[in-house]
Amino acid sequence: MPLQRIDNELVWRQRSPVQQRLIWLGWFLGVCLFLFCAKVVSDNTIWEFMTDAHVQAASLIARMVPPDWSITASLLLPLWDTLNIATVGTALGVVIAFPLSFLAAANTSPHPLLRALALMVIVSSRSINALIWAILLVTIVGPGLLAGMIAIALRSIGFLGKLLYEAIEEVDQEPVEAIRATGAGRLQELAWGVLPQIVPAFAGTTVYRWDINIRESTVLGLVGAGGIGLQMNAAINNLAWGQVATVFVLIFATVIFSEWVSARIRHAVI
Amino acid sequence: MSRAADERLLAAKRGVWRPQPLIAQVHWRWLLNVALLLYIVLVWFSVDVNWARVSQGLDRGLAFLASFLRPDFVSRGGEIATGLMESLTMTVTATVVGIVLAIPVGLGAARNISPQPVYWICRAVIAVSRTFQEIIIAILFVTMFGFGPLAGVLTLAFASIGFIAKLLAEDIEDSRREPLEAIRATGAGWWQWVHYAVQPQVMPRFIGLALYRLDINFRESAVIGIVGAGGIGATLNTSINRYDYDTSAAVLLLIIAIVLASEYLSGRVRRWVA
Repeated sequence: MPLQRIDNELVWRQRSPVQQRLIWLGWFLGVCLFLFCAKVVSDNTIWEFMTDAHVQAASLIARMVPPDWSITASLLLPLWDTLNIATVGTALGVVIAFPLSFLAAANTSPHPLLRALALMVIVSSRSINALIWAILLVTIVGPGLLAGMIAIALRSIGFLGKLLYEAIEEVDQEPVEAIRATGAGRLQELAWGVLPQIVPAFAGTTVYRWDINIRESTVLGLVGAGGIGLQMNAAINNLAWGQVATVFVLIFATVIFSEWVSARIRHAVI
Repeated sequence: MSRAADERLLAAKRGVWRPQPLIAQVHWRWLLNVALLLYIVLVWFSVDVNWARVSQGLDRGLAFLASFLRPDFVSRGGEIATGLMESLTMTVTATVVGIVLAIPVGLGAARNISPQPVYWICRAVIAVSRTFQEIIIAILFVTMFGFGPLAGVLTLAFASIGFIAKLLAEDIEDSRREPLEAIRATGAGWWQWVHYAVQPQVMPRFIGLALYRLDINFRESAVIGIVGAGGIGATLNTSINRYDYDTSAAVLLLIIAIVLASEYLSGRVRRWVA
C-alpha cells in the first residue's frame, strides 16, 4: 500500500506501515545480536593488551623494516615446494572431483543415493580448511610435502566439485538429446554431449582454484606440511621479524604473479 | 593447418571420425606434453616421501576415519561448547565490522563512481587484504593485540574487507548506466546518487555476498585459533595433537553441520531477496 492518507492528503511511501515496522524490528534484532556477540568477545578479551597495542605495532613494524634480504636465496627452494604443493594438490583434487561432480549433478547422477553421498563428500571437503586437513595429515603421513599436497587436494575436491556439478546441471539438454538420438550409450552421451559444454567452466574453475591454492599452501608449513610456511614459522619462532618480512614480500609477489597468470588463462579460456 | 583438416575430413569419409584436438598446432601440443612430463619428473624428485613413516601412519589414518563413526561430544563437551560459542560470536562480530568497513572501500574501488586517486588507494587496500592468508594476519594481530578472540575478530574483519569490497566494486562497475544518469539528471548529490541509483542495483547481490562471507568467516574462525586468535580451532588442534580423534571428529562434524545449516539458510534468504 504505497499511498497513505496523512492529514487528508495522499502521500507516497515506499512501504506500508506494517512492512516498515517489520524491517525496523529486523534491524533491532540484528543490532541486539551483534551487541551480544561483541560483548561475549569483549568478555573473553584481555583489554590490558590493547592499551599498548600501538606500541607493539610500531615496534613490530620497526623490526620488520628493512626486510632481511640475505636469506632470499635459501627461500627459493621452499617457494618452489610451495608451488608444487599447490599444483600437484590441485591436480589430485581435479582427478577426484571430476567423476564426483558427475555423480553429484542431478541430471547425470546414476542413483539418488550415490548423489546424496557425493554431495556429502563435497560439503565435508568444503567445510574444512586446508590447514585442518594438513594438521590431520601431518599426524597421519608425517611432516612434509606429501601431507601438504593431500591437504590441498582434499580441500579442493569440494570447491571444484561444487562448481563443476552446478555447471553440469546447467548444460543445454538439446545437444545431449541429439547425441542420445544417434544411439549413443550412457558414457558416450556424457563424453560428447555434456563434456564439451563444461570444458571452459572446468578449465576456468581449475585455474581459479590453483590460484587460491597457492595462497593457501604458503601457510601449510606452519603445521609442518612443507613449503615456505616452514621458514616463516621458524623465523617467527626466532622472533627474526626481518626474515618474516622477506617471506611476506616473496609470498606477496608469488600470489600477485599467480593471480595474473590465472586471470590471463581464464580470460583466454572463457 | 588445412592439411590436418583435410585429413580429418578424408578419414571421416572412410567412416573414421576423430574429435577436434584441443590445441590446433602440433608443435604446441608436443611442447605442452614434454613440459608436463618434465614437470612431473622434477616434482617427483623434489618430494621425498618416507614410505615407512606413511605405512606406519596409515593405522592412525584408519583410526581417525573410524572415529567419525563414534564421535565423542561429551568428554570434552565443555571445551567444545566454549570454543563454538567463541567462534560463532567472533564470526558475527567480524562479519558486521567487516561489512561496515568494506562498503566505503567498495564504493571507492568502483571506477565509475569514484575519482582516480581514491580508486587506487581502495584497490591497494583490497590487494593487501586479499593476498595474505587469514593465518598470517592472525599471527601479526596476535603479536599486536595479545591472545584472545579480539585478535581473531580483527583478522576476520580485515580479510572480509578485501573480499566484500572487491566483489561489491565489480558489481557496481557492472551496474546499468541508465539509472545512474537518470538520478544524476535530477540534480542529486553524490550521496543521493549512490543511495537511489547504485544501492538498489547492487543490494540483492550484496546481501548474498555478506551471507557468503559469514559462512567463510565461520570456517576460518576454526583455523585461526591454532595461532592463538580464539575460537574452536585451539580445541581442535589440541585434540588432534593428543591423538584424541573422537573429540576431533565431533568438532569437525559440528563445523560441517553448522556450515551446512548456514548454507541452507543463506540459500533461502538469497532466493527471498532476489
